[in-house]
Amino acid sequence: MAEPELRSPLAVRAAALAISGGVGALLIRALLVLPKDEAGLAPLVKANLDASGVKNPVTAVLLNFRGYDTMLEIAVLVLATIGVLSLTIAHSDKWPTVAEHAAPALSALARFLAPAMVLVSGYLLWAGEHAPGGAFQAGSVLGAAGILLALSGYARPAGMTGFALRAAITVGFIVFLAAAIGDMLIEGALLEYPADHAKTIMLAIEAWLTVSIAVILASLFISSASPVEELRRRIRGGR
Amino acid sequence: MTQADLYTVAGGVLFTIGLYGLITRPHLLYKVLALNVASGGVFMVFVGVARRVPGPAPDPLPHAMVLTGIVVTVSSTAYALALAKRIFTETGMATLDSADTMEGGEDAAE
Repeated sequence: MAEPELRSPLAVRAAALAISGGVGALLIRALLVLPKDEAGLAPLVKANLDASGVKNPVTAVLLNFRGYDTMLEIAVLVLATIGVLSLTIAHSDKWPTVAEHAAPALSALARFLAPAMVLVSGYLLWAGEHAPGGAFQAGSVLGAAGILLALSGYARPAGMTGFALRAAITVGFIVFLAAAIGDMLIEGALLEYPADHAKTIMLAIEAWLTVSIAVILASLFISSASPVEELRRRIRGGR
Repeated sequence: MTQADLYTVAGGVLFTIGLYGLITRPHLLYKVLALNVASGGVFMVFVGVARRVPGPAPDPLPHAMVLTGIVVTVSSTAYALALAKRIFTETGMATLDSADTMEGGEDAAE
């Protein structure tokens, strides 16, 4: 097995330097001539914040004004996860082993930290309504708790394979899509929340998004974490 | 040059470094890393641009875009790593060099 070349030939590097340097110079030039003190869409967001049902402008943009973007983004996450799972654990129903057994200190620390991380995640989800926070931050913390447990030799969720895993990965997108279609039937437009229930609907979407994002992030990590030999064995065994 | 401009320019420079790495490094792991450096540059541009609005509060729109962008970058990185690992598992090579792929391709098709 030949060691892969870590560097390209000099001619390639010179050409790449010219291309990336040119693109970079144009990009920076374009960024610097952007008009200063231009309010952009910020006043529009501010003017409609009361109608959005939440007090945090970032959450209002994510879940209400540009909810369509966020919904498609979750679709991207789900697709990427399905891709990773089919490349790694699809041939077996067992989770790859990340850590056989952890050092006592790490395992004790994980036991203390994991419940606190679940609590912080719940707080971030609730705080997203009026302060920085929301489904993405909450999901990241919850997913990190799952990764910490996996690294400490804990997480071997035997029941979290097959249907249960796929359901947890997709539930956020499904709830988002159901809310979008429901709004279309009731209000006549995609993701046009009924004014009285906007906050409730957004919180419900965000809660399920948190679950999905956490499971997606944790399974992306855990399913990729097995050694190459194990992956090779599993692929060969599946054929 | 304001502080926001500094962030914007630094973001542009990071993107350039990432682009250069993406072209010149044949090893797939380096390519994934280079993509991550480039997306870090894009996020910094957005953070800088969000500060251009008058008043103390930054523009929430670029912030929302960065937030979704980070999550998409994480998932695309994971997918790229899974692909790279699968390529290594099948061919024993961590590059997309045509000669290597041909050799490994026959090997894996057994």
